[in-house]
Amino acid sequence: MPDTPVPTGVARTAPRPGQEHVAQPLDDGDLGAVDAVVTTSAPVGFWREAWRGMRRRPLFWASAVLIATALLVAAFPGLFTSIDPRTCALSDALDAPRAGHPFGFDRQGCDIYSRTIHGARASVTVALLTTGLVVVVGTLTGAVAGYVGGLADTVLARLTDIFFAIPLVLAAIVIMSLASERTALTVALVLASFGWPPIARIARGTVMSVKNNEFVTAARSLGMGRGGILFRHVLPNSAAPIIVYATVALGTFIVAEATLSFLGIGLPPSTVSWGGDISQAQGAIRTDPEILLYPAGALALTVLGFVMMGDVVRDALDPKARTR
Amino acid sequence: MRWYIGRRILQVIPVFLGATLLLYALVFLRPGDPVLALGGERGLPESVQEQIRAEFHLDQPFLVQYLLYLKGIFTFDLGVTFTGREVSEVIAQALPVTFQLALMALAIEAVFGIGFGLVAGMRKGGLFDSGVLVLSLLLIAVPTFVVGFVLQIVVGVNLGWLPVTAGRDPDFVSLLMPATVLAATSFAYVLRLTRTSVQENLSADFVRTARAKGLSRSQVTGKHVLRNSLIPVVTFLGADLGQLMSGAIVTEGIFNIHGVGGTLFDAITRGESVTVVALTTVLVLVYIVANLVVDLLYAALDPRIRYA
Repeated sequence: MPDTPVPTGVARTAPRPGQEHVAQPLDDGDLGAVDAVVTTSAPVGFWREAWRGMRRRPLFWASAVLIATALLVAAFPGLFTSIDPRTCALSDALDAPRAGHPFGFDRQGCDIYSRTIHGARASVTVALLTTGLVVVVGTLTGAVAGYVGGLADTVLARLTDIFFAIPLVLAAIVIMSLASERTALTVALVLASFGWPPIARIARGTVMSVKNNEFVTAARSLGMGRGGILFRHVLPNSAAPIIVYATVALGTFIVAEATLSFLGIGLPPSTVSWGGDISQAQGAIRTDPEILLYPAGALALTVLGFVMMGDVVRDALDPKARTR
Repeated sequence: MRWYIGRRILQVIPVFLGATLLLYALVFLRPGDPVLALGGERGLPESVQEQIRAEFHLDQPFLVQYLLYLKGIFTFDLGVTFTGREVSEVIAQALPVTFQLALMALAIEAVFGIGFGLVAGMRKGGLFDSGVLVLSLLLIAVPTFVVGFVLQIVVGVNLGWLPVTAGRDPDFVSLLMPATVLAATSFAYVLRLTRTSVQENLSADFVRTARAKGLSRSQVTGKHVLRNSLIPVVTFLGADLGQLMSGAIVTEGIFNIHGVGGTLFDAITRGESVTVVALTTVLVLVYIVANLVVDLLYAALDPRIRYA
């Protein structure tokens, strides 16, 4: 072997080094010693690894702060303002901001800051309820279709197609016009009853690919029932794409609720909501655009939080994206 | 291929029947009596009520009404509104505007969404990519009607570049702004979809092969990356046409366009089930047909799909 370092440019023609040292020196330790070795890094599970990847990204923390703020404001509006959003004096109508009223007043003389704070609850409640319903219905439908297959799959897939074929806004307009009482729950029910098909499709696809894994065969050969396998093994391993979709969907349901309120078929005017306030601001938008700005801004920031979180979660849970 | 087409067309039938039945049931279940509402405070004589009920088959059981309605669709007899206008005439008046609006929006989101998405995907992490990504997030987060108001004020009133509202019989120019507003959210989705898809395909084996065999950059991008990246995008666009047509209700309201949205809304508030059901059926049909066309196009273009 030549002692001079081989220049990289001619590496191919040089003799390969170290051929005679390929064999490892014999390990004299017994097997007990091998077993006693403590590996310092514990095996990292799928979720833990995703979490490690996520918390390093600034985008994650930005969206987490937005979401946490929205949830806190929705749960405890009293922490942020002591002014009643419904106590309005027409003499204050369209007044500029003054001490204690940082955003000024809307056309009815209501405090805009207080209404923006109190409007969070309606949007967040509807979005959370809708997402919860959509995830449960969509996952169950899709999972059963994908797992059982055969006739059940055909029937459920067509059922999904039927609900998919009716656009959400269209269905919502038709149903909301016949709802006798319009509360956060009815709005959520309407949005959910036509919002579940995408999740069903996602769940069906993932379950179909997961159910052919070895661990499912193993569980079956150990005598586990079909329901047990579906809930203990298949569903937990199909959760990732559903979680990603649901996070983004939460944001879009907030927009959908606001759209319905804007059309006058969402929450009633007596409920303080961003959609309703934006709709109210419509008439004065040319002279006083700030009335529109505050509720619309609050809504956009909240939705932004969920959509960005969806992006971060997708990057963390998608191994393909991670390796790239 | 023929087998695939046949199966795919057969699948449309249960979906169409199911969707129309569902919508019909929803409208049918509406509380309140439209005939009584028609009479106003003074009410209609019993005999007139009977006559109207018989004429609109309101005295028949639900399933019979639905079947009569289906028969009407296939014989192009959609019935008349309470005021005596042919429903088909109402649709013929409202549909073209909305269709034009939706098609313009579709063109806008396809051209700009794919264009921006391709450039962003090719230069992942660059300034353009980040900027476009932020824009797309904002467009998704801000509701359509807010985008509409802002554009209306800035472009229409302050700058005066485009007409503020469209009104009756709008031309291409006055529909430009409404179409942009309508396209805004979907544009963001098309952009993101194209971007992700392009990024994924850039590291695919066939792209490496194309580069290795010495194709030029533009050939690799155009023939291999873009074409393969368009598969999910075109699926989205096909499904979006239906969403755009029914989503146009908000945009039509803001820009005062007399299209499907406004007509539907009026019909619902008046309890005019005939019109509501007919319009919703048309919208559902548009949706189903658009999806079918996209699926069949794919089967023709991509053998992997028809054998799957």
